[in-house]
Amino acid sequence: MLRRFSHLSVLLVFMVIVIALMGLLNGKNFLSIGNFQSMAYQMPELGILTLAMMITMLTSGINLSIIASANLAGIMMAMVLTRAFPPESANSFGVILLAMLVGLLTSAVIGALNGVLIAYLDISPILATLGTMIMISGFAVVLTEGYVISGLPENWRIIGNNAVLGIPIPIIIFAACAGFMALLLNRTPFGKQVYLIGSNPTACTFSGVNNRAVLFYTYMISGIFSGIASMVMISRFNSAKADYGESYLLLTILSAVLGGVDAAGGFGKVSGVVVSLIILQMISSGLNLLGISNFFTLALWGIVLILVMVIKYLIDSYVQKRQLA
Amino acid sequence: MKNILSRHETYVFIAVLIFSIIITMINPSFFTLENLFDLLRSYSLMGTFAIGMLFVLISGGIDISFTAIATVTGYTIAVLLLHNGEQLNIVLVFLIAGIIGVALGMINAVIIHFFKIPSIITTIATLNIYYGLLTVASQGKWLYGFPTWFADFATARIFTLYTADQVPYGLSVITVIWFALIVIGWFILRYTVLGRSIYAMGGNVASAQRAGFNIFGLTVFVYSFMGLMAGFGSVIQALLVQTVAPNSLVGKELDVIAAVVLGGASLTGGTGSMLGTLLGVALIAIMGNGLTLMHVPAVWYKVVIGFVILVSVAFSAYRSKISVQKRVIVETS
Repeated sequence: MLRRFSHLSVLLVFMVIVIALMGLLNGKNFLSIGNFQSMAYQMPELGILTLAMMITMLTSGINLSIIASANLAGIMMAMVLTRAFPPESANSFGVILLAMLVGLLTSAVIGALNGVLIAYLDISPILATLGTMIMISGFAVVLTEGYVISGLPENWRIIGNNAVLGIPIPIIIFAACAGFMALLLNRTPFGKQVYLIGSNPTACTFSGVNNRAVLFYTYMISGIFSGIASMVMISRFNSAKADYGESYLLLTILSAVLGGVDAAGGFGKVSGVVVSLIILQMISSGLNLLGISNFFTLALWGIVLILVMVIKYLIDSYVQKRQLA
Repeated sequence: MKNILSRHETYVFIAVLIFSIIITMINPSFFTLENLFDLLRSYSLMGTFAIGMLFVLISGGIDISFTAIATVTGYTIAVLLLHNGEQLNIVLVFLIAGIIGVALGMINAVIIHFFKIPSIITTIATLNIYYGLLTVASQGKWLYGFPTWFADFATARIFTLYTADQVPYGLSVITVIWFALIVIGWFILRYTVLGRSIYAMGGNVASAQRAGFNIFGLTVFVYSFMGLMAGFGSVIQALLVQTVAPNSLVGKELDVIAAVVLGGASLTGGTGSMLGTLLGVALIAIMGNGLTLMHVPAVWYKVVIGFVILVSVAFSAYRSKISVQKRVIVETS
């Protein structure tokens, strides 16, 4: 039992420490409703992208193309919203729905491409998605010629900047995504197969699972999630560009691993990832309130990741020793 | 003949050859010594990083943090050059950058070895730590205006030729440094116990340990060597552009990994060669240069590179599948 809960409990202890520390340093500012709201606006972009990264890591893969596919989906959506229709009608419900469909379709196609490369052509995930990352961000540059597409319609901006009953819409979208992912992974046969492929692909094949199909859908879902993240992203930036959010790529791996996702596959829960995202966001907002540089936040995120991994290692080896004794 | 065909390097070489012929047919100025020397000079940065990356990949690890290490070493020598520029010389500059790089690489190795944290995770974390702290300390300022001897060294050539319009060109000293590093790396990998042990470790860590290899020592060596190459690379970068900016290198780590992998190194460790790496860098360099010379709009550059990487990795995945099938047939018959 100790072993099963060790990671989440380490994370929860860390979260309490971070809240206490930031509360102590910032006083009322940090614990105010306004601050929590602003955190709820900022977290979802990285959060949804982390979920997209997480599901591929569970199968012992990786998806380096999530940011590129989010940007391409964002550009496609922004093109529909700003260029395909006269400005008067772009604000209508129909056009916005169409843009969403185009975005989801784009990201699903990219996900399917990754899926084919990895599941059916047996290319290692890191190389396949490195190639698609470079190629897709290339397409994004070709489409925009490197410029920003800005001036999205009024109603589109609601997605990233408004709240329902005081709860920001981005965090609602994130909660829906996390809930869906948790259900998918824990309550469906597909979810079990994802974990099984990650821990032992051979055993998985022999238990009658079609590994290729499962991997294919895994990358497709990962792609679709990056498309959803893109909706929030372009709405918050009020524009789309080929190289937005490039620094998110390694951060999604960082937050997934911090959340207990095993880079070798097979282990990791949505709950852990959510707690890890909250910790990262609190560090970032807390330091921001203190007026400390964003780059210091980056460094601190790195330190927290190593600390958590070290503590987890020490607990694991302690438990192992006790079991042997 | 069969031996040559079974080597990955052969195929990369053929690809390099085909690209060169196509580019030359469209724009003959590609196939000139002037362009060759220019390419060799400007790609020495990626080439130097690639040497270190090759070592890490062969050992079965990966290092994402080398761009951040190079940022730290580059910035340190830039500050030193601006304040004590006249007391320094080029050897000292390389030495200082190398020592700091080795130290930072060693930190990676210690974390990876003692806490059993996967190298990709460790180095993503240390990338953020090194880069974040340096950017805070430097406040993101660009440094330029280095001593004249530093600028002179950058333009020095081993021999000088003249084009028809009397424009001088020739083999740059920077290229010579890069080639010297390649030879050293090649020698270590091929002819020393150390080099062969790195292959053994990458092939199978557990067996290597049982066989008596000092895994900790090897880990420290591999990541320190990557740090050393990152340090040297940062000096080369400073020489090439005569400016040091905290954000000029971070973000390019995956390009270097792509070049080394194109050259046949596997991400699971145990395979890869210096020749292959050189060809991988050459392929990337020729494609970049060739697209410009063929007047392809610059925006298409990444699409082509990405496509070539996908074709290449698909091809080697296909070849390894075939070789596994062949082995099964031989074993069962």
